[in-house]
Amino acid sequence: MTPVVLMQLCILIPVVGAVLIGLSSRAPNIREGVTLMSAALLLGAVAGLYLDPTALSSAAVVVAEPIAGAAIKLKLEPLGLLFAGIASLLWLITSVYTIGYMRSNNEQHQTRLYICFAIALASTMGIALSGNLLTLFIFYEALTLSTYPLVAHNEDEDALHGGRFYLGILMATSVGLLLPAIVWVWYTCSTTDFVLGGILPASMGAGSVWFLLLLFAFGIGKAALMPIHRWLPEAMVAPTPVSALLHAVAVVKAGVFCMVKVILYIFGTEILLESGANMLLLVLASVTIIVASLIALRQDNLKRRLAYSTVSQLSYITLASAILTPLSTTAALLHIAAHAFGKITLFFGAGAIYTAAHKTRVSELNGIGRRMPITMGAFAIATLSMIGVPPAGGFISKWYLLQGISSAGYWTLLLVLLGSTLLNCAYFIPIVYAAFFRPETYTPEHTPSQVHGEAPWMMVTALSITALLSLLLFFYPQIPLDLAQQLQGGG
Amino acid sequence: MNHLAAIQVIIPLLCAPLCMLLRWRTGAWLIATLATWATFGVSLVLARTVILNGAITYDMGGWPAPWGISYHVDILSAFVVLIVSGVAALTLAFAYKSVQREIRPESLRAFYALLLICLAGLLGIALTGDAFNIYVFLEISSLSAYALIGMGQRRRALRAAFQYLIMGTIGATFILIGIGLLYSLTGTLNIQDLASRVEMIPTSTYGNHTLITAFAFLTVGLSLKLALFPLHLWLPNAYTYAPSVVTIFLAATATKVAVYMLLRFSFCILGQRFVFEQLTLGNILLLPSLAAILVASLVAIFQYDIKRMLAYSSIAQIGYMTLGISLNSHAGLSAGILHMFNHALMKGALFMVMGAVAYRTGSVYLSDFRGLGRRMPWTMAAFVFGGLSLMGVPLTAGFISKWILLQATLEAGWWPVTAIILLGSLLAVIYIWRVVETAYFNPRHEIEHGTEEAPLSMLLPMWVLIGANIYFGIDTSIPLHMAERAATILMSGGTL
Repeated sequence: MTPVVLMQLCILIPVVGAVLIGLSSRAPNIREGVTLMSAALLLGAVAGLYLDPTALSSAAVVVAEPIAGAAIKLKLEPLGLLFAGIASLLWLITSVYTIGYMRSNNEQHQTRLYICFAIALASTMGIALSGNLLTLFIFYEALTLSTYPLVAHNEDEDALHGGRFYLGILMATSVGLLLPAIVWVWYTCSTTDFVLGGILPASMGAGSVWFLLLLFAFGIGKAALMPIHRWLPEAMVAPTPVSALLHAVAVVKAGVFCMVKVILYIFGTEILLESGANMLLLVLASVTIIVASLIALRQDNLKRRLAYSTVSQLSYITLASAILTPLSTTAALLHIAAHAFGKITLFFGAGAIYTAAHKTRVSELNGIGRRMPITMGAFAIATLSMIGVPPAGGFISKWYLLQGISSAGYWTLLLVLLGSTLLNCAYFIPIVYAAFFRPETYTPEHTPSQVHGEAPWMMVTALSITALLSLLLFFYPQIPLDLAQQLQGGG
Repeated sequence: MNHLAAIQVIIPLLCAPLCMLLRWRTGAWLIATLATWATFGVSLVLARTVILNGAITYDMGGWPAPWGISYHVDILSAFVVLIVSGVAALTLAFAYKSVQREIRPESLRAFYALLLICLAGLLGIALTGDAFNIYVFLEISSLSAYALIGMGQRRRALRAAFQYLIMGTIGATFILIGIGLLYSLTGTLNIQDLASRVEMIPTSTYGNHTLITAFAFLTVGLSLKLALFPLHLWLPNAYTYAPSVVTIFLAATATKVAVYMLLRFSFCILGQRFVFEQLTLGNILLLPSLAAILVASLVAIFQYDIKRMLAYSSIAQIGYMTLGISLNSHAGLSAGILHMFNHALMKGALFMVMGAVAYRTGSVYLSDFRGLGRRMPWTMAAFVFGGLSLMGVPLTAGFISKWILLQATLEAGWWPVTAIILLGSLLAVIYIWRVVETAYFNPRHEIEHGTEEAPLSMLLPMWVLIGANIYFGIDTSIPLHMAERAATILMSGGTL
């Protein structure tokens, strides 16, 4: 199949999947079969794009052109390919996990969840493959809207409140800041196409560049730069599979993906360095990294702690791309992959603990490692990746990031990195330590008579695979490295 | 000789008495529906002719222009006629069940007759090329609208109709005075004739007093009719208490036609140069438009009667249209004119949802929507899509309007206005989402109503409009082309 067809299939497969899921709502086995099938097909389509050597050089596909000059356009490039690959791979794994989670927790409205999941994935693919800002914006909004029902899934007061917060912040920033930024770009360049090296005219004043970058930085709320980060912890009211795929991979990665894309393809390295506007992102990202880690330390709810850790880790990617050297851009790409595999494992672990032991707090986890050795083992590996210690994928990205920092000479950032690594240790290591080395404590709700082992096998399989992927990324980082090289070489 | 322009008005005008004469109630509906579909067909042909061959002039009864009444159909008229007749056709398809439920059987025939007369009036305003004739048709449509609103189920409908009657009459009188002053100044009522004579009036520093007074009366009168903030007070009550079908029809057409009149009077008769440069209509409209967008959207957030909420939202949306006009640029005018079309699509669909919900649950308070996401899936899905269009989410018609309007404000360098437009759409997110959240994420109502989906005769027109919202969000070439050409004509003084 030609890359052009494959690109369109990447968006169509999950959409068709969503329709079929809706039609088979009365037969859970068929419904979940359809989910798995579409996830596998999607992965196949993305793999096909990766394996086709002509794919990256293929022309853009214009889907429609609502206003003359502003087309809905798909175009493949290395960064998008990486993002699409990660999202589709993890969708397949998450689907296995979700089935286990939903069935053993007897969740309600399962069909709605599967449908929205599929539509969210279609939107994610659209973001990854978009050829201009307008298309990006369309799918960005679609992702917000399709994930809202997932956040509000439980339909209780908390879920509704969280959902309102989620939708409110993401919509307000995207409509209020991102949209004017896009219209501004369109108005100055009369195009919003992504061109490596930027499209903004060199004549644009430094002040305008700063302001436009500010609009983008806060307009892309999904990248969770402080103070636009509050939606992410609020979204943790969602069922754990949702938090895992969407709020560790698809949604937040869509945010940083947009950020990287805007930096490299709209602004371009030169204009940012000339005006010094990248300092803005460096400062914002550094602050977010440190402050979010500090907040994470104080969270007792496991998922909220993970959420703040995500906020902090996302800013690593923004930081890496704002350093604007080839090495740091490579680091950004690697970290997108490393953080995705690591964080999804952590969320899977949190969900498995909830399913097996009905525990949601860090303080309740004493001794749980003996009851759930596989889960907590995977959790430990992912923790290593988050901290950036070998042999986990997080080490590689941190390695490149350090190199990037030294080559650009931003020495203060080393301190930020060091501080954040220490903080990462401080909020992750105690969890692992308590799980394996402390004796089990009993509370009125959790008595010793409540004997539990591992979570259902589907969940355990899923989280083992993602932990393995974290390790694999350390030993075989070729695919993302290769794509990073193509991104810089194939300009 | 092409009689299309005349036929357009005559069909509904003649079918109205036919509805009354018939003893058979379903027959009245049948006649009205056929009549509206016929006018819709004619308007399509008319639009096609005008797009291909340019404006049509038709002398009523064969009397040549300055003496007889002539109909002048340019692309703007054709555009408005298309909106009005298209909405009318879909509304009547929707009406059958809704009207059966909401209107007393003995006044059923009168209802359809009045609806047709109102339609004839609105079409006439858009088609005629004679200033006084505009007033006549305005009264025809307004008087029938008062009566239609008064037919609402609740007693408050009468009060709302009376309120509208008073305000509407003041507006119409002002318009009549304005036209009278123009006549005293120029001695003619034909629009093209008027335009050329107004142009010949020598411009002094202070301007011509009669002309300025005429302008003042016309602007205020028209602002009343189009419910420009703060002259909108009649609208929320009228829309809330009118029968569902009437609300659908009026919300999607009546204010649009008033905007059309404003465009016609200010650009084609008084002339853009006079109105904008000497009398600064742009500044006069700007503030009320912005206030409408902000205040009406804010008020909408606090409404519990969802029909009323949508009525306030309409006021805000009218603000977008007049904002486009006040920009006094080609891009701004195109945005305003295009939004007339897009707003008719989304509000038509949303009020149809209200009609369907009222049909099943009896009222449209926020609490009535609890659990409707499951019980009326198609209706509520339509609400979600219509709401998305209203918020201006990409791939819907609403986004296109917003995109073009934003671009026009950037072109003019009006940064704060850009910000207000965006703020307005955020407020729309809030008021739409209250309903969506209640419908989908709330436990069911304690008292179970009929747990059925709305009948197919209601769903079909509703989804046709939703489909149009999405279609014209993806391929907007036809309405955008018409709006842009209309803007070109207006900017050049209506002579093309």
